[in-house]
Amino acid sequence: MAGQAYMDSHFKPFHEMQAEDYAEIGLRCGLEIHQQLLTEKKLFCRCPAGRYTKDYDAEILRHMRPTLSELGEYDGTALMEKKTKKNIHYRIHHETVCTYEFDDTPPFLINESALDIAIEIALLLRLNMVSELHIARKQYLDGSIPTGFQRTTILGVDGWIPYKDRKIRIRQLGLEEDACREVSDEGHDRVYRTDRLGMALVEPVTYPDMRTPEEAADVAQILRKLCRSTGKVRTGAGAAREDVNVSVAGGTRVEIKGVSKILQIPHLIYNEASRQCALLRIRDILKSRGITPDTIECQSHDVTRVLSKAQYEPIRAAVSEGATVRCVVIKGFAGILDEPTQEATVFASEFSDRVRVIACLTRLPNIIHSDSASESLSARDWKALRKRTGTGDGDTMILVWGSEMDTRTACDEIRIRATEAATGVPSDTRQAHQDGTNGFERVLPGADRMYPDTDLPPIVIDPTRVRRVKSQLPEYVWDREERCRQAGLPEAFVHQLSLSRRGELFLRIVNELQINPTFAAIVLCQRFKAFCREGLQPDRLTDDIIFDVFKAHADGQVAREGVVKVLRHCLADCAQKSPTIDVSESLSELNLEPIHEQEIAQRIVDCLQLSETASFGTLRQKHRYLMGQLMAHCRGRIDGAKVAELLGASLGTEWSLQEA
Amino acid sequence: MSEDKFRGYRGPGKNILSEHGVGVWSDVEIESTNGDFRGLILPRSETADDRHIVLKLDSGYNIGLASDTITKMTEVGRCEAHYKIPEKEFPRDPAKPNVTLLGTGGTIASRLDYRTGAVIPAFSPGELYGSVPELADICNLSTEKLFGVFSENMGPVQWTALAKRIGEEIENGADGIVIGHGTDTMHHTAAILSFMVQDSPVPIVMVGSQRSSDRPSSDAAINLINSVRTAAEGDIAEVMVCMFGPTSDQYCLLHRGTRVRKMHSSYRSTFRTIGDVPLAMIDQEGITYLKSEYKHRREDRNVKINTAYNEKVTVLYYYPGMQPDVIDAVIEKGYRGIVIAGTGLGHVNKPCYPALGRAQNAKVHVYMTVQTLWGYCGMYVYETGRELMDLGVVPCANMLPEVAFVKLGWALGQSDDPEEVKRIMLTPVVDEITEREPYNGYLLYQGEIPEVQEFIRTIKR
Repeated sequence: MAGQAYMDSHFKPFHEMQAEDYAEIGLRCGLEIHQQLLTEKKLFCRCPAGRYTKDYDAEILRHMRPTLSELGEYDGTALMEKKTKKNIHYRIHHETVCTYEFDDTPPFLINESALDIAIEIALLLRLNMVSELHIARKQYLDGSIPTGFQRTTILGVDGWIPYKDRKIRIRQLGLEEDACREVSDEGHDRVYRTDRLGMALVEPVTYPDMRTPEEAADVAQILRKLCRSTGKVRTGAGAAREDVNVSVAGGTRVEIKGVSKILQIPHLIYNEASRQCALLRIRDILKSRGITPDTIECQSHDVTRVLSKAQYEPIRAAVSEGATVRCVVIKGFAGILDEPTQEATVFASEFSDRVRVIACLTRLPNIIHSDSASESLSARDWKALRKRTGTGDGDTMILVWGSEMDTRTACDEIRIRATEAATGVPSDTRQAHQDGTNGFERVLPGADRMYPDTDLPPIVIDPTRVRRVKSQLPEYVWDREERCRQAGLPEAFVHQLSLSRRGELFLRIVNELQINPTFAAIVLCQRFKAFCREGLQPDRLTDDIIFDVFKAHADGQVAREGVVKVLRHCLADCAQKSPTIDVSESLSELNLEPIHEQEIAQRIVDCLQLSETASFGTLRQKHRYLMGQLMAHCRGRIDGAKVAELLGASLGTEWSLQEA
Repeated sequence: MSEDKFRGYRGPGKNILSEHGVGVWSDVEIESTNGDFRGLILPRSETADDRHIVLKLDSGYNIGLASDTITKMTEVGRCEAHYKIPEKEFPRDPAKPNVTLLGTGGTIASRLDYRTGAVIPAFSPGELYGSVPELADICNLSTEKLFGVFSENMGPVQWTALAKRIGEEIENGADGIVIGHGTDTMHHTAAILSFMVQDSPVPIVMVGSQRSSDRPSSDAAINLINSVRTAAEGDIAEVMVCMFGPTSDQYCLLHRGTRVRKMHSSYRSTFRTIGDVPLAMIDQEGITYLKSEYKHRREDRNVKINTAYNEKVTVLYYYPGMQPDVIDAVIEKGYRGIVIAGTGLGHVNKPCYPALGRAQNAKVHVYMTVQTLWGYCGMYVYETGRELMDLGVVPCANMLPEVAFVKLGWALGQSDDPEEVKRIMLTPVVDEITEREPYNGYLLYQGEIPEVQEFIRTIKR
């Protein structure tokens, strides 16, 4: 069904939204980037980092209980997870985890190289650096970390990055351990893989300074690039993940978690903005009906017997297996559950999500309600329910089914969510969906979930250490990009090359040798990628060797085509001999010394004579044949385009190499 | 008062706070050479250096700022933290058994100590009910904090007081006793209580945790629930240790107090029964008894408390090249008993013989145990063993070294007569010496062996 059909008339479709529309609703977005660091080992133990496997040798079972914060409070998220009563299963593989990750050994001292990288990124973000790190435990009771908390620490606060004509403020930079990956979550059992657990990552957090979804995506891109410009962070699937914080005027900060593609960000923000506006509208409707958090009335009833003969399949099947069916009646809520919130999503999904996540009724559909136009119970069943529960025309009924305990939890959650509806936008952590909408994940945790880690002492950040890192900071990626552009680098390569460790080399080659920037970029990006695919290790070539090869080209010792040949030869040399190799040796071994045009012209004459007797269908075929003959002799020693041009001229045509 | 205002701060850290008229719990704005900061000043751990102040940011994170970078601090508010487990009155139900929880310390229930930055124990029935409400389904709980010490600080004084208190509680009608204890020396206390408290009509269950209860993944709650259930409902009227069986949250094991030992510095499943099988498993479904011979619960109150103890006892852990002067030093310092943890079947080197002879002459009681932990002394097998016995060294069969140590202290508290002491030592009270070692009393699986890997893969560990 088309989403637009459900959308409130005030809220335009995604592609029609303009900056002014977002300004009108008071959109504010912030970002948290989770960027894995390129360290050999994990952050608090000596397990290898970045080794992933789906295999496992054993499973461990744990449960989580909430604990008090340092200031003596229970965290809301913690209490929510407690209600879910999940069995958490961890799959462990002997190569990727030790007893630390599954919480049977205290932490080892922090990984110093991870700390150096984090200091580097903190300096790039212009943060006010702390002088002493305090490791905190950030509670995660969903089980994604076996300890029940993430070890995390803050390196600095209140920095900024430039964006357009203003500054985007950076709230803080954290250094922390990565969590498990969820394998499945059904009913009361959640399964995790532990290979990624404990890997070092940094988390830059911005203030909510972005005003449109596109700005948020731009800034995410900038932050990701900034991290990558160090050359010391991981890349590839899952190596960087974004959380997006969204609020509209009158709404609440809601965190959308685990966005792996920056391209998804604008659509996700749009939907959340739409949802918050819808929730505010629903609150106002309720208010106009006299429903406030204090006056809301919810009652739940066991209606298993009323529905013992119901034909609606999910309920029929559940009842036949001995399940309980409960009905929550919310007074004055008629029609509310069908209010649109996000694209193709109505308010009822807020209830369904909570019931799924907290009451563990994971098989969908897990609720039906009397506002729904879709087919479920028969009119007779609804009527019987109304009678049994005393539901009036202005009220809404929500049905849940499952075990006695789970349906009780579900009714409690429905009551809680209905009460929140009268308040407005609850503080949630929400999950990003592929279609750009989002669903409930957990209650947004607050500062109360932080607790000092008593297993590790504070770590002093020596000012000399900061100075050392500062002296080796990479150039700001946007500055380097600008220099690359000014050097004539085509836009298609700007992103890749300015993040690459060969970005500086590119600038040297172009500026000092006056090499064609496109040619240099193609060699340094595409050809080097091809070397990798061939199993060669181009990283073995030092910048100086590569520079010398280009210099030989600039000096006329190697033709354009020969450059890649020489590089490959040098690479083979590197593999066999010492890394210090002489480019001129390669040149003489390969015999790539350029052929002069006169020599080629003579060869063309010779070839034409030899092929005089042969017959060709078309002139094009003849050209192609002769090019093959000629290039066999001089490939790499002269530009192919030049040969084609000369040959074309001799054949009386104007073909260029491309056309041939 | 000013002491409290600068809690944990000394030297430059304290000076900078004092200079700017701020203190612990001040909400401050700080200007420093590293930029501006805002947060709540927290107490500082006394073991941390004196050059930093600790700030709690709004985000909940703590950071440290070097005092010599701070140029200005302005108090903009105050917010004092009161760390408190929500206390609720423990419900009483006359139909439920009465269990007494005696606290000695350890991390079974704990809270953060700002001064040391470490966790310190804290409990009351109300606090326990607030954090482990399941307990109220099992029993009526009364608690008493006897000491608040880490288990390495437990010793004869505490053992004696604890044994006496247990006797009183039993006489007062308790249906079971639970003892909260740090795990490091839990097996020493379990052993001595097995000797000092005999013929108990009710279970005496020791419990602790390997992960403190301020962690969401703590084993404390499950250990506590299972130990309280054992005390309330169990049939084994002995001193036991109730701790995690596997590292997974599945069941606890009940270990006999004289055969149990902490075997890993940090695993949850650290406690193992050595040279025998555990008494029972316990989980939410109930108790599964693994041994048929144990002392059953009774209705009477006829417990025998014998807290005699002589502290001049030591353990010598033999190592190759041990010099006899170690033994001489012990004798000279007036020690009355020595337990040797010998190699193999119970051996020490020849150079120690003269010193052992001098011990014999000084009427010092010398007993032999094995540092292999599993297995019996076998001092007839080799010449060395026979020579040692001629020097008055008495083999303790398969008594664990720590158990022999506390038992010798207890025996010497009752007599100094070699024959009587030997009679006490070698007469088992509760399986500290067993006649037989079952074939499955020594199981140490080794990883990577195919059948072991298969087994591990298919069970929760």
